[in-house]
Amino acid sequence: MSDVSLVVNGRKVSGSVEDRTLLVHFLRENLGLTGTHVGCDTSQCGACVVHVDGKAVKSCTILAVQASGSEVVTIEGLANGAELHPVQAAFKEHHGLQCGFCTPGMIMSATDMIRRHPEGLDEATVRAELEGNICRCTGYHNIVKAVLAASKTMSKSKGKAKAA
Amino acid sequence: MYSLNYHRASSVADAVKLQKKGEDAKFVSGGMTLIPAMKSRLAAPSDLVDLAHIAEMKGIKVSGKTVTIGGGTTHAEVATDAKLKAVCPALSYLASHIGDPHVRHKGTIGGSIANNDPAADYPAAMLALGATIITNKREIAADKFFTGLFETALKDGEIVTGVSFTAPAQAAYEKFRNPASRYAIVGVFVAKGKDGVRVAVTGAGDEGVFRAKGMEAALTKSFVPASLDGLAIPASGLMSDMHASAEYRSSLITVMAKRAVAKASA
Repeated sequence: MSDVSLVVNGRKVSGSVEDRTLLVHFLRENLGLTGTHVGCDTSQCGACVVHVDGKAVKSCTILAVQASGSEVVTIEGLANGAELHPVQAAFKEHHGLQCGFCTPGMIMSATDMIRRHPEGLDEATVRAELEGNICRCTGYHNIVKAVLAASKTMSKSKGKAKAA
Repeated sequence: MYSLNYHRASSVADAVKLQKKGEDAKFVSGGMTLIPAMKSRLAAPSDLVDLAHIAEMKGIKVSGKTVTIGGGTTHAEVATDAKLKAVCPALSYLASHIGDPHVRHKGTIGGSIANNDPAADYPAAMLALGATIITNKREIAADKFFTGLFETALKDGEIVTGVSFTAPAQAAYEKFRNPASRYAIVGVFVAKGKDGVRVAVTGAGDEGVFRAKGMEAALTKSFVPASLDGLAIPASGLMSDMHASAEYRSSLITVMAKRAVAKASA
């Protein structure tokens, strides 16, 4: 057993877990943050993507103890109260989901992708960058549309912030 | 996953000490291969010694044409480092095509080299670049480092702390990848340095990564794709699996090598 301390969605949390506990299970079972999903269990599908110290990682492929001391953001940490994060709003607007199971991972990947591409995104880049996220409804077209729209919205609001 | 004991190392010396304590302790860096193997119970180390927090194993240094990369440097860091891209864009390209963005945020060059998966990308680059693999005990030439499938010259308690190489005048990597895993079905790294051309092939060999010396000789004479016309690695020493037969891999090696030469010359 090891003690794990994290800052999750801005809140300090800690717990004592078996060393073999995966971060995704710590988030879901110890913290009740069930927005992060386990889709494949083979590190391929990306439904479990969260941000650890600002970078998208697969929470099913990292032990909770490995992440101890880090800042974690999950899908629950994106919205500002009732106001959706621009990526969440774009997925809603462009119907970037069908069954919705992969959506938390898609949105966490998309926010990471937009952060890494401040110059803006094109369709080919979005499709290549989504390699680590599988949608079994195969609803990729609208997911790509949503990511592109969110990227535009976010660069506009950034420009405004700079102008102000 | 079976039960295990986790230890976080603060330095290379600390990691060596911690590893000695465990009955069957393994080093973990990004864990992008080891953790999935443990989840599926293909690996069951008694202890994990985490190298990810060792500052001395991180970072990229470029001094003239000499490149040194810390073993704990992630694929994402190698892919995006501006100084490295300026002297050896082929390696940046290679790193940017390993796995997917999430894997690249965690996986490290040292881990990939130490694991020596027969379909991993970095071993081909190390071999073609004539790199030196640096461990906590010694320096090993890439030619002597990769010894077989998942086998290397590393001894118990030895850690890949970094790699170094001289950036070649021209180089390129071309990969025909498995569409699901992104691993190479065939990957060819071609480098033209001052001592001639080196060609390394990953994903295809029965014994893991290897150099295509016939191709090297032909390309040292004339560094153009046409030099490889009629040259093929015999299928007899290549892997056959559900993804590709040995004959198909043999054909792919020549095609990827030609593409790499064309790209390196562009």
